[in-house]
Amino acid sequence: MDISITINGKKVSGKKDETVLDAAASIGIEIPTLCHLKGLSPYGGCRLCLVELISGKRSQLVASCGYYLKEGLVVETDSPRVKRARALVLELLIAAMPGSQEIQRYARQYKVTSTRYKRNLDHCVLCGLCVRYCEEIKKENCLGFVGRGVDREVAWAPLSKYKDTCEGCMECQKFCPTGVFPSNWGIAQNTLAR
Amino acid sequence: MLKSPEDLIALQERVKAENNGKIILSLCSGTGCRANASQKVFEALQAELASLADPRIVLKQTGCHGFCEKGPILIIYPEEICYVSVKPFDARDIVAQTIAQGRVLDRLLWKSGLITAAHHSEIPFYKHQTRYLLANNTHVDPTSIEDYLRCNGYSALRRALFSMTPQDVIQEIKRSGLRGRGGGGFPTGVKWEATREAEGNEKYVVVNGDEGDPGAYMDRSVLEGTPHSVLEGLIIGAYAIGAKSGYFYIRQEYPLALENTRKAIEEARAFGLIGANILGSSFGFEVSVHQGAGAFVSGESSALLSAIEGRVGEPRLKYIRMSTSGLWGKPTTLNNVETWANVPLIIANGPEWFAGIGTPGSKGSKIFSLVGKVENTGLVEVPMGTTLRKIIYDIGGGIKNGKKFKAIQTGGPSGGCIPEAHLDAQVDFDTLTELGSMMGSGGMIVMNEDSCMVDVARYFVEFLREESCGKCIPCREGISEMVSIFNRIVRGEGKPEDLDFLEDLSVLVSEASLCGLGSSAANPVMSTLRYFRNEYESHILHKTCTSLVCKAFIAFHVDAAKCRGCGLCKKQCPVNAIYGEKTEAHVINQKMCIKCGACMEICPSKFNAIGKVSPVSQLQNLAP
Repeated sequence: MDISITINGKKVSGKKDETVLDAAASIGIEIPTLCHLKGLSPYGGCRLCLVELISGKRSQLVASCGYYLKEGLVVETDSPRVKRARALVLELLIAAMPGSQEIQRYARQYKVTSTRYKRNLDHCVLCGLCVRYCEEIKKENCLGFVGRGVDREVAWAPLSKYKDTCEGCMECQKFCPTGVFPSNWGIAQNTLAR
Repeated sequence: MLKSPEDLIALQERVKAENNGKIILSLCSGTGCRANASQKVFEALQAELASLADPRIVLKQTGCHGFCEKGPILIIYPEEICYVSVKPFDARDIVAQTIAQGRVLDRLLWKSGLITAAHHSEIPFYKHQTRYLLANNTHVDPTSIEDYLRCNGYSALRRALFSMTPQDVIQEIKRSGLRGRGGGGFPTGVKWEATREAEGNEKYVVVNGDEGDPGAYMDRSVLEGTPHSVLEGLIIGAYAIGAKSGYFYIRQEYPLALENTRKAIEEARAFGLIGANILGSSFGFEVSVHQGAGAFVSGESSALLSAIEGRVGEPRLKYIRMSTSGLWGKPTTLNNVETWANVPLIIANGPEWFAGIGTPGSKGSKIFSLVGKVENTGLVEVPMGTTLRKIIYDIGGGIKNGKKFKAIQTGGPSGGCIPEAHLDAQVDFDTLTELGSMMGSGGMIVMNEDSCMVDVARYFVEFLREESCGKCIPCREGISEMVSIFNRIVRGEGKPEDLDFLEDLSVLVSEASLCGLGSSAANPVMSTLRYFRNEYESHILHKTCTSLVCKAFIAFHVDAAKCRGCGLCKKQCPVNAIYGEKTEAHVINQKMCIKCGACMEICPSKFNAIGKVSPVSQLQNLAP
């Protein structure tokens, strides 16, 4: 049975295993995403896909990539609150990966022209696409996260023996939004070859 | 093995009869007092009592009595004589005088000014409290199920199993108005009902014992002191929800809580209170303990369940309620230690009794751990709605050393700082949230005029940066950026626009983060900016730390009129920055001084010749 919800004042219907992000896409509303890929489990790490969920006088921001449809949802994808949150996330992201076309396009869309972050942010934004792809699609688990907080990073498991576990399909690399993984991969391969 | 409710009653009566007319020496043996040689006191008392060889005398080690400032504490029943700060060498007098001859030892009683209290209930710290959850901590041996049964333990379970349906239990919990004690404040009965009504036969109940807030230890003390009350609550909850198994998640930093909980489960199983057909009923329940692996974020509900499942303790998107899909995707109820411990009280005394305590929105009592710059630090249990002033002044005895109160930080690292103007605010879920802080798990840190609020906010934000899991970008990078800004400000490199950036970062972190750790992480920043903005401004604009804390803005100096040239400070200075001849006034070389404060500490109080100033330029105004 179809579930009907309201997005930006428009009625949309969908199935219960569909997310708000899917429903918005079905009527041509673009919601920016970075860590989302159709076919992989929702992750909710990049926070770009935040939308405002309205219930009466109260509202909350939720990640649309992981919010499944429920009858009667009222969603705003472009409210001032959403715009402000996305712009703040984008200010961080343009400092993290200034070279990304996708991020630059989103930044322009949300009028983020400069960044106040002075630190040299690691170019990997830990979106986890490569990790989830290897785990969920390839069923290999050659990649994983290590460390906590600012020390978190993606690692081959175990790095020194990645050749034993990883067949080298390189498929994980094509989703990397920063380009940092393909270059690291090359470096690691060269190091191990020596 | 208890096979029927009658068996339970018979055993309770037997244990009570056995304990009739006994003299009980109850020694606090919580983690805090153990660190204060309580174990040695116990051994000394044991040795002394052996010589009396009186079977009426029982010496027991109990959980935390709560008055940690004066530990170890010994209470002698039935008179309730209370001895504070007991040392091993006091054992001889206690036994020879008090036990053998009934003479009270004046030197071991609690005193303040002219007031001396001989009995436990006369000490202001205890007198102004209302203790239900902690009531057993002062006289029950946590490692003995029989001792818990002596206090009508497991009667609530008997009532639930034999005179109530699961729905009745849920209705009573709903009527009581109990709200989750872990911080969220969600109505417990509603949570239980949703889990009961969720589809599926396999359901779980879980105890959240991952108390990670710095300075908070009420859950630890409940688990250490009365693990059976938590277990009893859990079994009742499982019966109400229809769960057949449950978990205790306890952080590894709590070895005694783990030990006592495991022991409680073992004993309960041996007595037939866990397992198949509990007390002969058709209800069966199994429970095990999961030891945490040391991450603050694992206290977050979805992260905690991940950890029990054997995954990394990391929050996940949880837009599907745990009551529908929790542990291993099955309907689950997760409650905090204190929430579970409230359940037997409600079932035993009735929901109306519970709802009669507290405020319209927050019922029952709440345990707070009162720490910081108060006279009496310790565990405080009061009805919801008690004012901050009563907690700090009547129970806490006011600010230490006659200093001036500045702020109280409630709700752990992601709580907020509340200033003096709101001291008459009632402590309940809603009021604290309105004030920009939160109930959290119940931590309360009192700060006086010597605390710099910028430095305090910096400390908490730094803690949260260390504990952020790093999964989502706003929390990982946003909090880290906040720390950088704070470090700049306290180094003297702050700029006026930093305050706007901090406010924006607060919005980013609180609005966009994935889980509760991130969304509450900005509270210490936002509340200090709200109530103590002037301190931020004086740091940034005037390079002044009015509380004389931030090293970049202070200077130490010797008052030549007071200094007698004793040379102590000169000897103590680690960088040889102090010079001056014996009996002549000393001088600090400001260029060499590292502002460690060692000189100020060692300067004899009769001279009190070393002072601090801020800003550093103030030095010029001092003579000569």
